[in-house]
Amino acid sequence: MTETAKAVILHLGLIAVLFALQFVLPAYHHGNMARVMVLATYAMGYNLLFGYTGLLSLGHAMFFAAGMYGMALTVRHLGWTPPPALLAGLLSGAVLSALVGALALRTVGVAFMIVTLMFSQAAYLTILYFTTWTRGEEGFVLQQVQRVFWGIDPSDPTTRYFLALLVFATCLMLSLWLVRSGFGKVLIAIRENEDRAQMLGYDIFAHKLGAVVISGTMSATAGAVYALLFGYAGASFAGVQYSILPLLWVLLGGAGTLIGPFIGALFTFYLIDITSGYTSAYMAVVGAVLIALTLFARQGIGGEIRARVWRGLP
Amino acid sequence: MSLLSTSGLSKEFGGLRAVHDVSFALEEGEVRALIGPNGAGKTTFVGMLCGRIEPSAGTVRFDGTDISRLPAHRRIRAGMAYTFQITSVFARLSCHENVALAVRRRKGNVAKDVPEALRRVGLADRAEQLAGDLSYGHQRLLEIAMGLAQKPRLLILDEPTQGLADSEIEDFVALIRELKAEATILLIEHNMAVVMEVADAITVLNFGEVLAEGAPAEIRANREVQAAYLGTG
Ligand SMILES: Nc1ncnc2c1ncn2[C@@H]1O[C@H](COP(=O)(O)OP(=O)(O)OP(=O)(O)O)[C@@H](O)[C@H]1O
Ligand SMILES: [Mg+2]
Repeated sequence: MTETAKAVILHLGLIAVLFALQFVLPAYHHGNMARVMVLATYAMGYNLLFGYTGLLSLGHAMFFAAGMYGMALTVRHLGWTPPPALLAGLLSGAVLSALVGALALRTVGVAFMIVTLMFSQAAYLTILYFTTWTRGEEGFVLQQVQRVFWGIDPSDPTTRYFLALLVFATCLMLSLWLVRSGFGKVLIAIRENEDRAQMLGYDIFAHKLGAVVISGTMSATAGAVYALLFGYAGASFAGVQYSILPLLWVLLGGAGTLIGPFIGALFTFYLIDITSGYTSAYMAVVGAVLIALTLFARQGIGGEIRARVWRGLP
Repeated sequence: MSLLSTSGLSKEFGGLRAVHDVSFALEEGEVRALIGPNGAGKTTFVGMLCGRIEPSAGTVRFDGTDISRLPAHRRIRAGMAYTFQITSVFARLSCHENVALAVRRRKGNVAKDVPEALRRVGLADRAEQLAGDLSYGHQRLLEIAMGLAQKPRLLILDEPTQGLADSEIEDFVALIRELKAEATILLIEHNMAVVMEVADAITVLNFGEVLAEGAPAEIRANREVQAAYLGTG
């Protein structure tokens, strides 16, 4: 079997398992899994930049929020239906990431982290500044009627699950195609050795900018879909915490692997869900598990699979 | 018309004159050796040719056009290839992928050109190995393969034989002879036996300036060169 066939089968297999799960999972986990799939899509977007291109952003919440507000504000204030509103969310993310990328990519390393963090804080403050429209921290709810489109009701748990799966699966397969394309291989080359990639004749800036825009737009997609499926938009999604979370998920699940973001998001979600049932100090437990994982599975779960089981894991 | 020429090319590193006022010309099809003692400015000089280092003064022309303002990747696309003095490969990628990155950039045929380039440097049977797992000498050969795979008009090699075993050096000399028909070669080299065997002409740099230039026999006989570089002579 070729590497391509193996890769396609593995990822389609994951999608198939998620599809089948819908029929066996109890209602409570339905909602959870829908959330995990949307957050994993956000993490996949983050991973394209961090895991594949080697650029550590501390400001991805602004892209998630751009998608979320691009969608939710047009529905709330302009009375748009979900399809054009989702598109508005994606476009907001694309435009914002192009702007931020063009400026932030003039810096490297720690400076890049700081600059992305600063931009994201500016975005957060902008949301608070326009509280009249955004309702600030408190946020606002999108009513069920505002979210129905083409006879589809995203507030119905089963529908919501399938919509989340559809978006997750699409982004997963797009990512698979991307990282195996010529463009994606150049991103990996830049991550591995930027100097050498440049001296093979590749335009480093253009490729990094492309990576920021693709990554930012995928993150925005997740944000827009989150608003659609869960009917809420709030400034906390633009906060620092939501910039750190995808980094955490990707590190845990395996940076630079396609299944890593999903594994990391799933693992963290249920880790918090389960431990918070036993103790109010659940964040301490989460911290301990994180430390253990970074000590014993430094490359994350997906990275360990790649190192031990299948080197060709994309 | 020369394939590559510089005029008044200079580089200062905070007062240190690494390269000073070098005017240099390279004819299409020649193999030119660039020699000189450690710290003479050889790497700095070729770095300015291929755009890695911005000159303090002077211009570079390639194939008739002034490329002084072009970023490195544009110069590579114009037909230059460069191998680093300190080996620089994609350590966590396979040898095949290392070379494939070079082939894909010029939209070449990966299935055909990658094995071909690896074969020419004697790494045909290591295509699937990770570049980082190769010995130092083999990594150097891999980098040369990446240079070949670009099918450059000008190939710049910065001390390619450093760290190679004697038998590998022999193969390298044969490879350069073969390449002569395909590309112009600028070779920085400390191994004088290699220089004498492959070079059509030699340029000697000393303290950032051109000390001498000429055919190998002339350079070997030049007293100044002997004093500066060849030691006793
Ligand atoms: N980035 C830099 N900053 C400051 N000084 C530098 C820099 N690069 C090179 N130099 C200095 O410039 C001079 C020329 O260095 P260069 O590396 O070009 O010499 P070289 O001829 O290639 O030497 P070698 O044979 O050891 O490779 C040296 O004195 C070196 O210390
Ligand atoms: Mg040098």
